[in-house]
Amino acid sequence: MDFLYNAAEQAFKDKFETWLSSHVPEGFGAPQYVSPGTWDKMAEEYRRFQGALFDAGYAGINFPKSYGGAEGNVMENIIVSELTGPVYFHAMGGCHVISLGLAAPTILAWGNETQKQEFLPKTLNGQIIWSQGFSEPNAGSDLASLGTRTAKEGDEYIINGQKIWSSFAHIADWCILVCRTDNTVAKHKGLSYFLVDMKLPGIQVRPIMNIAGEAEFNEIFFEDVRVPEAMRVGREGDGWKVALTTLGHERYLGEVAMASTFLKEYNEIVALAKRLELNGRVASKDPIIRQKLAQIYVELSVMRCSGYRNMSKLAKGEMPGPEGSVGKLFWSELHQEMTEVAIDMLGPYHQLTAKSKYSIDNGKWGFHFLRAKGNTIEQGTSEIQKNIIGERVLGLPKDSARIVKKG
Amino acid sequence: MDFDFSQEQEILRDSAKRFVEKECSVDYIKQFVDNKTFFTDEMWQKIAELGWTAVLIPEEYGGLGLSFVDLGIILEEMGRGPMPGPFISSVVLAGEAIRLAGNPNQKDAYLPKMAMGEVKGTLAWAEPGDLSSLDNITLTANSAGESFTLNGTKIFVPDADLADFIICVVKTEEGTGLFLVEKEDPGVGIKVLPTMDRTVNLCEVVFNNVAVPKDALLGQAGAADAFLRQVFNRVNVAYSLDMVGGGRKVLDMGIEYAKTRVQFGQAIGSFQAIKHKCAELLMGVECSRSIAYYAAWAQEQDEREATINASGAKIFSSDMYRKATKEVLQILGGIGFSWEHELHIYLKRAKCLGALFGDAAFHRERVAQELGY
Repeated sequence: MDFLYNAAEQAFKDKFETWLSSHVPEGFGAPQYVSPGTWDKMAEEYRRFQGALFDAGYAGINFPKSYGGAEGNVMENIIVSELTGPVYFHAMGGCHVISLGLAAPTILAWGNETQKQEFLPKTLNGQIIWSQGFSEPNAGSDLASLGTRTAKEGDEYIINGQKIWSSFAHIADWCILVCRTDNTVAKHKGLSYFLVDMKLPGIQVRPIMNIAGEAEFNEIFFEDVRVPEAMRVGREGDGWKVALTTLGHERYLGEVAMASTFLKEYNEIVALAKRLELNGRVASKDPIIRQKLAQIYVELSVMRCSGYRNMSKLAKGEMPGPEGSVGKLFWSELHQEMTEVAIDMLGPYHQLTAKSKYSIDNGKWGFHFLRAKGNTIEQGTSEIQKNIIGERVLGLPKDSARIVKKG
Repeated sequence: MDFDFSQEQEILRDSAKRFVEKECSVDYIKQFVDNKTFFTDEMWQKIAELGWTAVLIPEEYGGLGLSFVDLGIILEEMGRGPMPGPFISSVVLAGEAIRLAGNPNQKDAYLPKMAMGEVKGTLAWAEPGDLSSLDNITLTANSAGESFTLNGTKIFVPDADLADFIICVVKTEEGTGLFLVEKEDPGVGIKVLPTMDRTVNLCEVVFNNVAVPKDALLGQAGAADAFLRQVFNRVNVAYSLDMVGGGRKVLDMGIEYAKTRVQFGQAIGSFQAIKHKCAELLMGVECSRSIAYYAAWAQEQDEREATINASGAKIFSSDMYRKATKEVLQILGGIGFSWEHELHIYLKRAKCLGALFGDAAFHRERVAQELGY
C-alpha cells in the first residue's frame, strides 16, 4: 500500500498537466454555471477536446491500441480521469461518461470485431457521441420489464416504442438501445442490445426540462425504425447480460473523476464560506458550518480512496461488480449534502437567479442544489442500489414480489 | 501508487483472523464482560509470541520495524472480537510515545522489553473537567534537585491497571512534558472506573507526591506537544481500524439473522426495510475501511495529511460503528436488547472508543482548523 506517485507516474502527471493547460476548451471547467441553449457549441467543443486528447494519446487509457486506445496502466487512467473530470464539469461530463464510460467498454466486452473496429476509435476520439436508451415510461427501476419491441424482417429489426431520461440524445450520433425481441420468455431473457444510428428515419427526440431548468435529457420515440442485424451486440436474448455490463461500468467508473470534480466544487463552497457574512462573522467561523465543511471534506477523501481501491480491482482484470453500487450510493448522497451546505449558508439569497443584482455567484448554488437532486435517481435510484448491495453483495434473499417466475 | 495489500499483509491478516476467532470466542467475551474472566499475562504472551507487540518497534530495538498499515490489519481483526485488553494502549499510546519522543537510553530501556511482551504501558493525558481541550493540563511536575515531584489526577487512562508503566502528560515551567512513571513508584494510585463498556479499562490515576528521576522525562521538557500530536493521531487511527473490524462483525450478525429469521412467511432480510439498513451499513463499513487504511498509511507521511486523515478516519469510523450497532439492534429485535446477546458489548465499545481521544464533533472542528477555516 503506497499512495505516492512513483517517478514514472509523476512524470506522466506533469506531462499531462502541461498538455491540459493549453487544451481546455473555452467555457469548460468554468466555475460559472454554463447556461443551456448552447448545446451545439458544447458538442462541438467536446468533439474538439476529445479529438485532441485522442491525438495526444490520452483518450481511452484502458483500451487496447488496436482499437485506438492508449493501452496505459491503471495509474495513468487515474491521473487522466482526476485531471479531466473537473474540465468537463457542468458542460459535457455526462456525455463523456456515456460515450467513453458506458458505450465503449460495453462494445469492447461484447461487440464483434467489426463493431469494435467501427465504433471504438470514433468513440474515443469524440467523433461519436452516444446516448443511452434504457429507461421507459413504464420501466424504470424494473428495467427488465421494458416494452420497446422489435419485429424481424430479413436481416433487419423493426423497432417501435419509447425511451425516456436519455441524456444527450438531442446531440447524440448513436444510441445504445435495449429492446424486447421475444415476449414469450421470462422478462430478462427476451431482450437484445443494439447500436442505433440516431439519424435513422422514424427516430424523434424530444427534450425534457429538469427541475433546474436544464434540458439535458430526452424522450426518444421509435416508429418503424429499421436497424440492421449487424448492429445487434451479443446474441438475440443476451440483452440483459450486455446491459448489466453497461450498468456495472456506470456505477463503477468515474468515481475518481467525480471525486476530483466535487473537490473543485467544494473548494468554491469554502471560498464562499470565507467571504459570506453569517451571524456577525464570516460563515467559515460559524461552528455549525465548520462541522459541515469538515464532514464533507472527509467524505470527499473517502470517495477518492474508495475510487482508488476500485480502480485497483479493475487493473487486476476484475469486471465491475455489484460493489459499484456502494460508490454510486455514496457519491450521490454526498453531492446532495454538499450542495445543501452552500444553500444553507446563503439563506434566502439562494433563491435569486443570475438576473437579480443581489444574486451570489450568478445564482449557481441554487442550480447545483437542484441538479444534485437527480443524482439519487439517475443511474439507478438509491433504493435500487441498496437492493443490489443487499442481494448481490450481502446475499440477502429477494423480495417475494420481485422473484422472477420461471418460464 | 499501489492501493492493495501485499501478499505478506494478507498472510498477516489470516493469522490475525485465526487468532481472534480462537482466543476471543463469543463465550470468552461474554464471560469477560461479566467479570468471570480477565485479561491474563498468558494472553499477552500469546500476542507477543506472534510478534505483534514488536510490529512498530524498529529493528535496532528488537522490533520488526513494520508499518502502521501492518499494525492496522491486526487491529481490524482484533476489533471483530472485540479483543479486550491493553494492546492499543501499550503498543500505540506508550510504545509510540517512547519511540517518537524518547532519547536513545529510554528507547534502549523500554522498547526491546516491550517488543518481547515483557512490559506494558499506557498514556495518562485527560484530567477531570473539560475534556474538549487537549491543553487542559494541571498535573504539575516540580523540579526538586535530581528529581521531579508529580502531583495531580488523570482520568480515562486506558488500561492503566494492566500497565507496568504510565507515560504522564504534565505541565512544566517550560511547557508540556512527558514523564515515564513506574506503576510501583510510591504515590501512584490506580483505580479502574466502573464503566458501561467493559472491554477497555478506563482508570483514574492519582499522583501523590510521586518522585521521579530527571531521566524519566521523555525527550525535553516543553517539547512534548509535537510528539503528543503524533501519538494522538495514531491512537485515533488505531481505534478507527478496531471500529472498522467491529462494525463489519456487527453487520455480519445482522445479515446472518436477517437471512434466517422468518416472519410473515419469509426471511426478514427480504424486506427492504431490513435489506436497505444492511446496504447502508456496508457502505459505511467499506468507506470507513478506505479512509482508515489511508490514514494509517498517512501517519508515516507529512504531518498535515496525517492529522487530517487521522481525524477523518475517527469521524467516519465512530459514526459508522455507532450506527451499525443501533441498526443491527433494530434488526435483531428483542434479543438485541438482551444482555444475553453479545451485540451490547459492541454497542458499548463503539460509544467508548468513539468518545476517547476526541469524538466525531471534536475531530470535525480539528479538521476545520487544520484546513485553515
